[in-house]
Amino acid sequence: MDAIVVDSLEKTYGRGVKALDGIRFSVPEGEVFGLLGPNGAGKSTTVRILATLTTADAGSATVAGHDVAREAGAVRRAIGYVPQASGVDREATGHENLILQGRLQGMRGSDLERRSADLLETFGLSDKANALVKTYSGGMKRRLDVAMGLVHRPQVLFLDEPTTGLDPEARAAMWEELEALASAERLTILLTTHYLEEADRLARRVAIVSKGKVVVEGTPESLKSELRGDAVTVELDGTDTNRAADIARDLVGVHEVTKDGRRIHLRVDQGAQAVPVILAALDSAGSGVQSVTVSRPSLDDVYLHYTGRDFRADDGESR
Amino acid sequence: MTVVTQTLILCARVLRNLSRQPIWIAVMIVQPMFWLLLYSQLFKRITDLPGFGGVSYVDYLTPGVAIMTAFFSGSWAGMGMIEDLDRGVLERFLATPASRAAIVFGRILQAAIIATLQALLILLVGLLLGATNGGVIGWMVILLAAFLTAAGFAGLSHGIALRTRQEASMIAVAQFISLPLLFFSSLLIARTLIPDWMQTASLLNPVEWAVRAARGEAIPGTDWGEMGTFLLLLAGFLVLTTAFATRSFRSYQRTL
Repeated sequence: MDAIVVDSLEKTYGRGVKALDGIRFSVPEGEVFGLLGPNGAGKSTTVRILATLTTADAGSATVAGHDVAREAGAVRRAIGYVPQASGVDREATGHENLILQGRLQGMRGSDLERRSADLLETFGLSDKANALVKTYSGGMKRRLDVAMGLVHRPQVLFLDEPTTGLDPEARAAMWEELEALASAERLTILLTTHYLEEADRLARRVAIVSKGKVVVEGTPESLKSELRGDAVTVELDGTDTNRAADIARDLVGVHEVTKDGRRIHLRVDQGAQAVPVILAALDSAGSGVQSVTVSRPSLDDVYLHYTGRDFRADDGESR
Repeated sequence: MTVVTQTLILCARVLRNLSRQPIWIAVMIVQPMFWLLLYSQLFKRITDLPGFGGVSYVDYLTPGVAIMTAFFSGSWAGMGMIEDLDRGVLERFLATPASRAAIVFGRILQAAIIATLQALLILLVGLLLGATNGGVIGWMVILLAAFLTAAGFAGLSHGIALRTRQEASMIAVAQFISLPLLFFSSLLIARTLIPDWMQTASLLNPVEWAVRAARGEAIPGTDWGEMGTFLLLLAGFLVLTTAFATRSFRSYQRTL
């Protein structure tokens, strides 16, 4: 059975901003599913509709078998929601936060105490259980957020940008926690992220979201393997990318050329063999080259391939 | 779990968090005592004027300060809601099965409990200054009036908080309504000394209802019917503002 079914959701915000434009996907029980896309693609709006915080203008969705619009109460009991902006009470301790969350979910007594102690242990917060959250580091606060989402043993967990704003070390630690979580508990996780590596590492399947729609969906591996060969990125001295792109396009072994500011992205069969050829061609045409990088296909390239735009440029807001 | 349990849990959370702020506690304790001592000195000879019914000014003032404190506590209660809103705490509550009404009720109850404790403290200090305030029944009425006043204005304040969603706007609105309501009442001065038109206008003011109810027992010749009416009006005000806060909560949810 699918734990999450999203069918053609649409939502337009007050000022005519179309946040969702027919987004659809489904997540089987027990799977970690990643919604990947830049800021403003509609990921958070989708999660907020699924968590019953807001409603869609059109379309329908079910979570754990309950319709999000008609059975909001049943959905709320079945889900854990970890919002993008942390929702912990900073003036309370980690333990108190967990207990309050559990009580609001209808738990009580020794079951709740035990569950809360277990979660504090799991997320490495036992030492700070009785310290006020405002003394926690960013990473600890975020781990507490996730623990709070899990306190009532939900069937479905929503993680909205779980590592945004964390330093690299805390992010790596969080990834380890989440990986362990996904394998240990029979839990369906919907993860939104604008970190490609995060989706690649944590999600079994990924949907790339752009402008309120799913552009492509699949396992990170299958998405990457659909792109033949290596990715070559050439950064040019000048700004005449059109001419450089035309030259590159005519070369043997170059499949795909995309322009993006002062860079051109090429898809080639063999990176190592193609680079000298490309450089020689650009050089004889008088186009100066600043740098060249060769890489195995990444989700970055998948994004570029399907939307025709560079992920980092689209995500400009956050960088 | 019932709305009542959830209200109590959410109210206890805020009270616990506040209990960890020593400066807040100190101000909550010192401020009403300060008002009482300051006003009773400042206006010491005011009872020489006619209209005070032969009671000492401390006797006259104690219920007034209790109500004023409750009124202020209630009016500013919305600041806490804005803090929860800004920190994402409210959104997290909304993703749980907790009753939406309990989220509002818990906050209103918290303001009312604080105001009642403050009123009790004021009565004790008043007692030291020689004001008995009509004994046990008088005290009960004053505490009840303080509770209803704080709760009623907290409802209003939370409604405004949920509609403005910004501290600066919230402060502006609270300032704008608090001083006029304070001065359009017999809180500091005998009613008969207030111009007629202001007396009439003050009958629309919940602060005046609270003051009249609270002061009833302390002044000889209490009219029980009048006091009951004012308490009922206050209760009505509470129902109205709670409904306003709950509605505002729904309108806030629609903007999510």
